[in-house]
Amino acid sequence: MLIGAAVIFLAVLAISALAILRPAVVASFGARRTILWGGLIVPTVILTILVIAAFALGERLLATPREEMPLRIDVTARQWNWEFRYPGGESTANKVRIPVGEDVDFALTSEDVIHGFWIPRLGGKLDAIPGHTNVIRLRADRPGTYGGVCAEYCGTGHAVMPFTVEAVSREEFYSVPAQSAELRP
Amino acid sequence: MSLDRKPDPIRLHKELTAIWETPPGWARLSAVNHTTLGKRFIITAFVFFAIGGLLAMLIRVQIATSSTAFVSPELYGQFFTMHGTVMMFLFAIPMFEGFAMYLLPKILGARDLAFPRLSAYGFWCYLFGGSILIVALLLGAAPDSGWFMYTPLSSSTYSPGINNDIWLLGITFVEISALSAAIEIIVSILRLRAPGMSLERMPIMAWYLLITAMMMLFGFPPLILGSILLELERAFDLPFFDPTRGGDSLLWQHLFWLFGHPEVYIIFLPAAGAISMMIPTFARHELVGYTAIVVAVVAVAFLSFGLWVHHMFTVGIPHLALAFFSAASGLVAIPTGVQIFAWIATLAQGRRPRWDVPMLYLGGFLFIFVLGGLTGVMVAMVPFNWQAHDTHFVVAHLHYVLVGGFVFPMMAATYYWLPHFTGRVSDHKISIPAFWLIFGGFNLTFFLMHLTGLRGMPRRIDAYPAEAGWDWLNLISSIGGFVMAAGFALFVVDLVLQVRFGTAAPRNPWGARTAEWAMPTPPPAYAFASLPQVQDRADRLDPNSLGTDLAAGKGYLPFARNGWMETLGVDMATGKPGEVIVLPNRTYKPLISGVLTCAFVLCLLFKFYWASLLVLALVVGSLLGWASGMGSRRDCALLEAGRGLVLPPHWQTERPPSWWAMVLVCAADATLFASLLFGGLFLWLVAPAWPPPLVAQPSLTIALFAAMMVIGASLSGRLAVSALRQKRSAIVMLRLAGVAQAAGFATFLLMALQVPDPTAHAHLAVIFVVLIYAAIHAGIGVILALHGLWRWHGGYLSALRSLDLRIAQLWHYYAAVTAIISLLATFLFAFLASHAEGPRS
Repeated sequence: MLIGAAVIFLAVLAISALAILRPAVVASFGARRTILWGGLIVPTVILTILVIAAFALGERLLATPREEMPLRIDVTARQWNWEFRYPGGESTANKVRIPVGEDVDFALTSEDVIHGFWIPRLGGKLDAIPGHTNVIRLRADRPGTYGGVCAEYCGTGHAVMPFTVEAVSREEFYSVPAQSAELRP
Repeated sequence: MSLDRKPDPIRLHKELTAIWETPPGWARLSAVNHTTLGKRFIITAFVFFAIGGLLAMLIRVQIATSSTAFVSPELYGQFFTMHGTVMMFLFAIPMFEGFAMYLLPKILGARDLAFPRLSAYGFWCYLFGGSILIVALLLGAAPDSGWFMYTPLSSSTYSPGINNDIWLLGITFVEISALSAAIEIIVSILRLRAPGMSLERMPIMAWYLLITAMMMLFGFPPLILGSILLELERAFDLPFFDPTRGGDSLLWQHLFWLFGHPEVYIIFLPAAGAISMMIPTFARHELVGYTAIVVAVVAVAFLSFGLWVHHMFTVGIPHLALAFFSAASGLVAIPTGVQIFAWIATLAQGRRPRWDVPMLYLGGFLFIFVLGGLTGVMVAMVPFNWQAHDTHFVVAHLHYVLVGGFVFPMMAATYYWLPHFTGRVSDHKISIPAFWLIFGGFNLTFFLMHLTGLRGMPRRIDAYPAEAGWDWLNLISSIGGFVMAAGFALFVVDLVLQVRFGTAAPRNPWGARTAEWAMPTPPPAYAFASLPQVQDRADRLDPNSLGTDLAAGKGYLPFARNGWMETLGVDMATGKPGEVIVLPNRTYKPLISGVLTCAFVLCLLFKFYWASLLVLALVVGSLLGWASGMGSRRDCALLEAGRGLVLPPHWQTERPPSWWAMVLVCAADATLFASLLFGGLFLWLVAPAWPPPLVAQPSLTIALFAAMMVIGASLSGRLAVSALRQKRSAIVMLRLAGVAQAAGFATFLLMALQVPDPTAHAHLAVIFVVLIYAAIHAGIGVILALHGLWRWHGGYLSALRSLDLRIAQLWHYYAAVTAIISLLATFLFAFLASHAEGPRS
């Protein structure tokens, strides 16, 4: 997308410069054809491809129902901290552990205002909205610590609402019964 | 009347000036002239731009590095909220309104806009509303929930202070000005053109402004409704957005972005219109693809109302719906591309384009706007949006679009039309270093910001840890910001120098071919000494010879008559002249109404609700007072219009501008009403905490009575008009209409008061507001019926002069239709609520 955008940008600038410096070259292409190709045909083709590709990618990232649902962690946001609740009943504040190499569903809600749940290195963001529950499916492929932030302005503590995600091996994660309701292989 | 004398340009100028000019001193406050008001809008908007820019500087200092924070998070919240609010509502929209006001009559070949006093009233609303916000900022009580004011953060639970009330009331106040400008622009373009200027001969700018104004007419009501509902929640605890009582914060987001996205194009399109005026002049070739551009602009207008959800990709909406809005968002790039390539093709057609300062700024526009458009396509793609949303990437994107799409074209337009404003050309080329400072500073600030965002910096944070690694990017952005500010300072210096010391400009210094240059510069208050006959597309004129002819009185209306401010009204489509429009002379009435409206807003702000009712009555009284002295107490013979044409005065015609204005008022109001009904259905469908504990049970008998009353009122209104036309007394029917509307008003009020505790649940609150809405409309019906009686007794009505009653009749019809829909909605909502499925959360 970045390279495509750069190419289009340079092409438009080049054509404009040409129209000013060597008008005859552009004029010889014909005014109607310039508008038709530059304004209609080329962008339509590019946009169609983009929209389809984006939809396919979006489908993969969504928390669609599947036969065996992934691990679900309930997240409650409030001014200004995050509470994580594991299936096993344990709850933690501002830090969460997840198993590596496995999809995890975060079910987000808020107790007060709208917050934005975002772990930049793991994927997209989703809002935690009072009265609603939104589910985002994320996956850490490598063990380590990932930083998370609040992305939606939520008042004066907006900047000081970070949390950390610790991705640990599955054995380590599932050995703590308070985290996982049932033991998974 | 001296119609037979041979026109003498000097005498004509003197006579017209005496009628049209705004005198100096305190009398300036009575100005209604479009040239004067256009300049006032532009200058005021520029002052607000400077304030917004100053706030931007403070923001950039705060986050320049991880250790430069110098204000508290509270104050920082006010800074960024006010920066966005000021730039959007107090700079961009009014700036374009000012340009439109100044230019429109001049490019259409008219002497003024259709409703000069409305322009003046709009200006006062804008000035006072904007001042309320700035005073609040100086007192440290400015709004602080972000410029899109998401609930519940902006609701009284989480923001109890007066701050957000200032936003809701102040911005709604300013929007009165935007809506009145929209009505003024639409009616003026459709009805006040030069004879012979059919729609397809209009200069392209008129098309752009017409479509933009239409978008405002339908785009602003959802936000006005949202602001009213949120203020009702904050002030009277009606829970439209409270998730614990059947409200939903998402309703606010829908209403806001339903306005907010068209808003972006409302800002861009007038600038694009200005570009379409400048490019042909510098290309020395007429605009290529005139029709394609008109179609493209209409397409943008429609599409822009279908993609608001792309601001809400992260709120948890089903993916297929997201895909639809994503495609629509991408699609809007196509008509924009058509315009850009039409401009490029125009440049290529002529000999080599003339190079001057406006072209330099247009080059800046192209560079920045195309980049902004490309990142726009990126963020329109859902998966990328999930990453970039609410980060500095989006901040960069929106600045590329808005500064590229509005500020740069407007600076080009400033240099292009400055000789017209001042009659002077610039000798100093300070504009060139100013451009490079602004252009370089802008890209330094915002190009890197894309990167800052991709590296994970959320927007609106007032501090960040050094470990985040964003320090150097932010520092360069801040430096760029200050370079840009220096550029703007230089721009101001250049303008002042040109206005004060520039050498006198020849007429039409750029060799343009549109009508605004066919007049002396700076323009006289009456614009054209006589009005042109247009034979061809209005961007193929020869302003030099046309200007001489018009000044010599060779056009229409080449005289001063009765001290009237006259211009011509034409048929919408064909441009055939149909009436002489007599405009109201300068008056203090708009100022008085503006001051009273401001007092009303302040009463609401400080919660003097009982006093506010009294002030509201004064506002209504002052607005009705505008009618006194308008029209005529006797039937007029046809009026001479010059060049052998005789026409009726506008008040003796079937569809004069004021009739169309009422149609547009109803259209805007209907949009607001539709948004309200949408809100009611949306909450039932989506909001948590449904079904409600208590369901409204409207009485069928009372509802039928209310319906009968409003139907009776519209029949009486209709009969009053036919009685008048058959030269009978309209008095009985007017009284009947008044009584029926009064009964309707009382009945709807009663029904509203019968709703059990509207603060208990959004269901009840919605029904309450729907009924109050119907009551208010019946109440306005009462006022209009009384106004008709007053005009009757004043002797202003006759079979030929039935306009006042016909306008009232439109309202009675409209009020009856919306009242009946309100009743149906009340029963529907009650039915839905009682059949809502089990508790959901």
